Amino acid sequence: MIDLFFEFFSLADPNVRYVLAGTILLGLSAGSLGCFAVLRERALVGDAVAHAVLPGVCLAFIVAGDKNPYWLLMGSLFFGWLSMLVMDIVIRNSKISPDASIGMVLSVFFGLGVVMLTYIQSTGNVNQSGLDAFLFGNAASMLPEDVYVFGFVSLIVLICIAVAYKELKMVSFDPQFAKSLGYPVKRLEFLIATLLVVTITAGLQAVGVVLMASMLIIPAAAARYWTDTLHVMVITAGVFGALAAVSGSWISYSAPAMPTGPWMVVSAAIIFAASFLFAPKRGEVGQWFMKRKNSRKVNEENVLKTLYHLEEADGNQGRIRTEKDVLKRRNMKESTLRNILKKLEAKKLVTCYQGSPNGYLLTENGRQEAARVVRVHRLWELYLTERLEIKGDHVHDDAESMEHVITPEIEERLAELLGHPVLDPHKSRIPYGNPKPKEG
Amino acid sequence: MSAAFWVILTGSFAAAACALVGSFLVLRKQAMLSDAISHAVLPGIAIAFLLTASRNTFPMLIGAGMFGLLTVYLTEFLHKKGRLKHDSSMGIVFTTLFAIGVIIITMFAGQVDLDQECILYGEIVYVPWDRWIWFDMDMGPRAVWILGFVLTLNVMFVSFFFKELKVYSFDPQFAAAMGIPVTLIHYMLMGSVSFSTIAAFESVGAILVVALLIVPPATAYLLTTDLKKMLLLSVLIGVLSAISGYYLAVFINGSVAGAIAVMTGFFFALAFLFNPESGFFYRIFLKSEQKKMILEMGKPSLAKKQS
Repeated sequence: MIDLFFEFFSLADPNVRYVLAGTILLGLSAGSLGCFAVLRERALVGDAVAHAVLPGVCLAFIVAGDKNPYWLLMGSLFFGWLSMLVMDIVIRNSKISPDASIGMVLSVFFGLGVVMLTYIQSTGNVNQSGLDAFLFGNAASMLPEDVYVFGFVSLIVLICIAVAYKELKMVSFDPQFAKSLGYPVKRLEFLIATLLVVTITAGLQAVGVVLMASMLIIPAAAARYWTDTLHVMVITAGVFGALAAVSGSWISYSAPAMPTGPWMVVSAAIIFAASFLFAPKRGEVGQWFMKRKNSRKVNEENVLKTLYHLEEADGNQGRIRTEKDVLKRRNMKESTLRNILKKLEAKKLVTCYQGSPNGYLLTENGRQEAARVVRVHRLWELYLTERLEIKGDHVHDDAESMEHVITPEIEERLAELLGHPVLDPHKSRIPYGNPKPKEG
Repeated sequence: MSAAFWVILTGSFAAAACALVGSFLVLRKQAMLSDAISHAVLPGIAIAFLLTASRNTFPMLIGAGMFGLLTVYLTEFLHKKGRLKHDSSMGIVFTTLFAIGVIIITMFAGQVDLDQECILYGEIVYVPWDRWIWFDMDMGPRAVWILGFVLTLNVMFVSFFFKELKVYSFDPQFAAAMGIPVTLIHYMLMGSVSFSTIAAFESVGAILVVALLIVPPATAYLLTTDLKKMLLLSVLIGVLSAISGYYLAVFINGSVAGAIAVMTGFFFALAFLFNPESGFFYRIFLKSEQKKMILEMGKPSLAKKQS
């Protein structure tokens, strides 16, 4: 296994070089181009075009009489184009929805291709064997000239994306706006469509009809979890596509019976699953941690606030409070409260006095933090009653959630807007930290 | 009875069964689900094949049905949890499942006499020779029985739940508010799509199934706004495509399944171009008429100014 590994990655075998170069180029260009298709909700157009080029392949074969890659490319380009045109005409001129048009073009064009394929087979042309490798792809049999065609196509695709990046970005996110800015939207859409058709046509030989669509969709969808910036997404998707290509080629090299295309797709799917779960921020696990962190912050702030309220009630900042005191004012589980108090102690926001029962006292920092939460709460209540004219008895619940969300900047604006008020709608004092509020 | 008769009958049954459930897919704007399901059932078929070591249809139906529903579920899951667009999540799910299916088949290539190509193209021409022998009686081609059974199920499903399906396809929110179990109806519909797909699959192939599910209903949708008429029309168009497709295939000596798909496309093109109420040419005609009218309306005022 290890030997095989080195054998593969040392690239000593020329065949490995061709296959690897071809699939990586495919993964790179399909991945990055796929971002635009996915963002424009045209993910399945790629699938339809991939199927729709079959008649073109057959026609090229009938005309040229053999499997000349250039003729095949021309034929598929033409039919790929035609399929996009038909889809567009049907969507624009009838009540048929986009998805139904995509499905129709896919199946009818493919049916036409199958008819032509069977016609070729029935004429008994010896050279036709391998035409149906087109359906499932056969990366392992890639020849140097295939790789050249491929490399050329990928290079063009990548250059086009780089050069027209700003325009493509505009058109992907807001075609109307792009139009109003004077961008040639029609021509840019034409460009995207052409690049799509070219990439698909070139890629069919490696991964086949069905799986070509996945190389456009999966890396792009996976990259979306890692970033909110388009150019980072495009690059990431390209890298994911290339990674899937390396992994697929390696698997089919180490187990020769295994097909390259499907393993590329499965590798891409694994990358997708990993992104879906583990990408920071947007990934599932990351989101779960964020949620937990948030709820912990809310709980901590609530306990601090309760301690502050207790001090406020009897005006005694030196008195030690027990868990029972807190629970009387705030409904929560005893075990949860104990945990939170421990965390607050670790953060030096409360001091714990051991005993039975344990007693707690706010530290200076803790008091300031608690005062901040209370201040935001009361400012928000005041804003709701004064500015939005909501009744005083309706504002508490809203403030209860807003107090955890409002940032210091917004708090500042609120205080300014309300003229640094002293009392909230329930006549409680609004505690200000430093600097001290103006009197009056 | 002649072979041609059985082939046409099989094709017509498949077309009718698919048109009935396909109409709702087209109305719900979920037409591509048929493509997704028809590809994603491959691992189900392969696994059923491996487990039972036979080409028995029943386990294959179960396996395919399960993977069909799995596709629907995973697509929904990624759409909701993964915040992906519907088409992206569908594309991810079905291509991955299809790839897994191909891998399983190649892995057990020795044991599995399952041809990827036959799944894609179907082998409707061999239908008349695959007979169902029951108590030493020759009951006729097996595929005809299977498709007939699925067609009966679909007819029962659609006529029994017609009202529910109607409300569900046009206004799911309202359907939910009326107390119609929307999720149940949705999964039942998807279940029958899966069953029709897999039943039709064996004889007509994966891609033709997509054509039969989408194209005749879309054609009927262009021609009428009445759901009942649309269902009947789409069945009729499907059956017509099956018959004419067969003769087209015989004429050019090509694949029957492919020819049927081409014929569905042909009928759609006819409806799209020449439909008297909203067809392509009619619209062009209308536009030029409007232009004329506007010009006509402009003339008198011009004349007035001159005089």
